Amino acid sequence: MKRHAGAPGVSIEQLRYARVLNFGMRFGLYTLLFSFPLYVFDVVPAHIALERLPELWTLSAPAYLRETGIPDGWAWLTMVNHGDMLPILGIAILSGVSVACFLSLLPLLHAQRDWVYVAIAVCEIGVLTLAASGVLTGGH
Amino acid sequence: MINNKRRYGLMVVAVVLITLPMTALAAAATSAAIAWWIWPLALFLVCFILGMVAVPAGVGGGVLFVPIVSGFFPFHIDFVRGAGLLVALASALAAGPGLLRAGLADLRLALPLALVASASSIAGALIGLSLSPQLVQTALGITILGIVVLMWRSKRSEFPHVPAPDAWSSALRINGVFYDAASKRDVAWHVHRTPAGLAIFVGIGILAGVFGLGAGWANVPALNLVMGAPLRLSAGTSGFILSIVDSAAAWVYINKGALLAIIAAPSVIGMMLGAFIGARLLKVLKASTIRKLVITMLLLAGTRAFLKGTGLWT
Repeated sequence: MKRHAGAPGVSIEQLRYARVLNFGMRFGLYTLLFSFPLYVFDVVPAHIALERLPELWTLSAPAYLRETGIPDGWAWLTMVNHGDMLPILGIAILSGVSVACFLSLLPLLHAQRDWVYVAIAVCEIGVLTLAASGVLTGGH
Repeated sequence: MINNKRRYGLMVVAVVLITLPMTALAAAATSAAIAWWIWPLALFLVCFILGMVAVPAGVGGGVLFVPIVSGFFPFHIDFVRGAGLLVALASALAAGPGLLRAGLADLRLALPLALVASASSIAGALIGLSLSPQLVQTALGITILGIVVLMWRSKRSEFPHVPAPDAWSSALRINGVFYDAASKRDVAWHVHRTPAGLAIFVGIGILAGVFGLGAGWANVPALNLVMGAPLRLSAGTSGFILSIVDSAAAWVYINKGALLAIIAAPSVIGMMLGAFIGARLLKVLKASTIRKLVITMLLLAGTRAFLKGTGLWT
């Protein structure tokens, strides 16, 4: 890998990954920090009333979804106008930022003809996308 | 002036004083209504304290969060594991850019290991969500008690002797130079036993997915003692690997509905604020004292998880 003149021992790929990660991490955390007070202080009304939570958080995840009528997978995105779904947006950004980091690496690795690491980055994007897609089945 | 032994004793008492009312509240929650906001507030305070000790002790938040919150709060373990992954993920993401820029985490070392661990963490998350809560709780207790033994007995090597890189690490060009601020010199490093390291990271990924643990406690010994990476580089690269592995497992929990904002958000915010204070706590307390405190907390939480899972202390 090429080494960056301004940062001894650190490759330019590593610096680019750090830059994208820093941006995505801050974006996700700020979204979470901003949306949670809106939810918990009832500024944005929740799909599930806050008073009902103690009877629901003792249930398993599938029982909770059944009880509340919330679909699994990405359906929460269609309910993001509710206070309790808004923080999930921040969580999804935090969970998805690594894909953006790997995508940003590909042009650099490709330009250097570092095919093994291109393959590793593509496989990692595939693994993370598969996990995020919700197509994997299992559970209770 | 209070000596370190006395400080340690006081901190253990503080932990017990925090956890006992939690247990009493959790028990009361089954028979009497408690205002809903008590729990997120208590969760925020507990996570703030966990964040304070987790960073100086060199463990991610998840390994403390999951057994303590599943043992002492009324939440179903599905939601606790989902929040645990997010706590570990948020801490790892926050530390990642700085570690990469400073050269204390290495991309070439991390990527192959993160790939196998993230793939296996998805399998782990699916397995974990298909097991009964009692089985998960019992296995979690046994795992945490195993981690206690590992943390108590494990030796670390600042600069392990690596006679020659193995064929895999040579082919992948996993080597480099990093500046060690402690010794004020550039340290050239390479690794060996790469296939063994990859195999260990498959297991680490499964554990992370099943229990919602960050698994930094396992990453560092695998990188440092098995593959021969310098200790500081191992610790930094471990945090960076966590940011990828926990992302994969977290998606499974999100898609299965095992992530409640009312549990995850105060946990992440409390842990990160606590970690901010924790970085300063090192100046007051010895790292070894904090490490002993974390081992005590894990012993308490692991025993509680095991007893809860087996039905001996519900």
